[in-house]
Amino acid sequence: MKVTIDGISVEVPDGTSILNAARIIGGDIVPPAMCYYSKLAGSGGKCRTCLVKVSKGSEKDPRPMPKLVASCRTNVMDGMEVQNITSPEVIEARKGIVEMLLINHPLDCPVCDQAGECHLQDLAFEHGVAKTRYEFDRRTFNRIDIGDKIQLHMTRCILCYRCVYVADQITDHRIHGILNRGDLSEISTYIQAAVDNDFSGNVIDVCPVGALTDRTFRFKNRVWFTKPVEAHRDCDHEKCNGKVTLWYKGDDVLRVTARKDVYGEVEEFICNTCRFEKKRTADWIIEGPRKVSHHSVISSNHYDFTPLPVVKTNPMLQEANKEQFERETRL
Amino acid sequence: MEPLSNKRKVVENKPLNFLERAYLPAILQGLAITMKHFFRKPVTISYPEEKREFSENFRGMHSLKRDENGKERCTACGLCALSCPAEAITMTAAERQPGEENLYREEKYAAVYEINMLRCIFCGLCEEACPKEAIYLDGDIVPSDYLRKDFIYGKDKLVEAPLNQ
Repeated sequence: MKVTIDGISVEVPDGTSILNAARIIGGDIVPPAMCYYSKLAGSGGKCRTCLVKVSKGSEKDPRPMPKLVASCRTNVMDGMEVQNITSPEVIEARKGIVEMLLINHPLDCPVCDQAGECHLQDLAFEHGVAKTRYEFDRRTFNRIDIGDKIQLHMTRCILCYRCVYVADQITDHRIHGILNRGDLSEISTYIQAAVDNDFSGNVIDVCPVGALTDRTFRFKNRVWFTKPVEAHRDCDHEKCNGKVTLWYKGDDVLRVTARKDVYGEVEEFICNTCRFEKKRTADWIIEGPRKVSHHSVISSNHYDFTPLPVVKTNPMLQEANKEQFERETRL
Repeated sequence: MEPLSNKRKVVENKPLNFLERAYLPAILQGLAITMKHFFRKPVTISYPEEKREFSENFRGMHSLKRDENGKERCTACGLCALSCPAEAITMTAAERQPGEENLYREEKYAAVYEINMLRCIFCGLCEEACPKEAIYLDGDIVPSDYLRKDFIYGKDKLVEAPLNQ
């Protein structure tokens, strides 16, 4: 099937969604997605950020689609022509969607642990407006600790359902879901039951905002002060292959996450033992520093070269420097 | 050699007359100039007892502000440290415990907040980056000291005095 997105043609197999076809091309024309997750079956269609304009339906029926369509849920047709960033209508609609997602989202990025790797933050920065027009009270919830490792901050949730799909598909039985309807809907567990499963920690990784966060990392440090390092270990869980990213601050591993690709989706889900229990360097085989895009705040102030030592090779100077340092710390 | 211009002057070493040779008149003249300066307005001030007025946009020592209820505004978001070109700021965050609501404004606060005043270049980017209007460079010139470690200012020196004092 041949599909043209923003003037770039690509051949894709039958049954591919427009979003995935755009991801095959890559670059700026990929629509952003807050709810679609390629590793989770059935996800997508909730957030509407991936809206695109279909200017030509197919080769057989060249009429344009009457409304903007969600690219994660619409499959390509042969000869389809799609406009994403070339259509001002799409840009305008996306701006509206971001404004609507931010209606109830609190402005607590300075407090939130997700800041710096938050998809909603990136989306709002790129498409949003600086001021809200909403005049009513935002809905607020109390923080809930789901077990001793995961914290649910329902106020920040944008109801993308990703965590529900994780619980449904990755873990063996689901004990949390969405209660109520419409504006009242909220993620909840059955009477605050602890989510206790070997793979439950993955809800932290799939959450696009800071609604589900790692309690062991809570307020430990800001993401951009930590240094991501790729590592793996021999995990004895049969479904987990132990490939992770360690987030270092100095010599300490502050947190462990699964490896994420360019769209912020995890490559492989990891088990809770890897995520929460193994926080010493000795537990891991280090592969090397993780490549971070220079657009990301995580790469700021990180140097990929070792800075020159202040005192170079002269042993006399080095000795004198050490003495001076000891004297000063003693004083 | 022929001069290049005709501006050359011949030095005359004429002998001094009597008044010049007497030495005293010239000394008195010099002393009079000195004495005249005693009664003039001095051009210097005795810093640090006296201080000149700073300009409106002077950037001096940092201070961490409190809000109108006396709670600390800083929430340890780290944007000041991120924006700092000299990497002078470090902080450690902590979670506010129940009962500390009158001390800190948000659920997270800076347990440790340190600025290395030797590193700081007083550019004011931290002030600009702060989303909580918590840090301002509205203080004085940083005082001198003897040891490098004493230039690392912690919260004891940076946070504003509480309201009731």
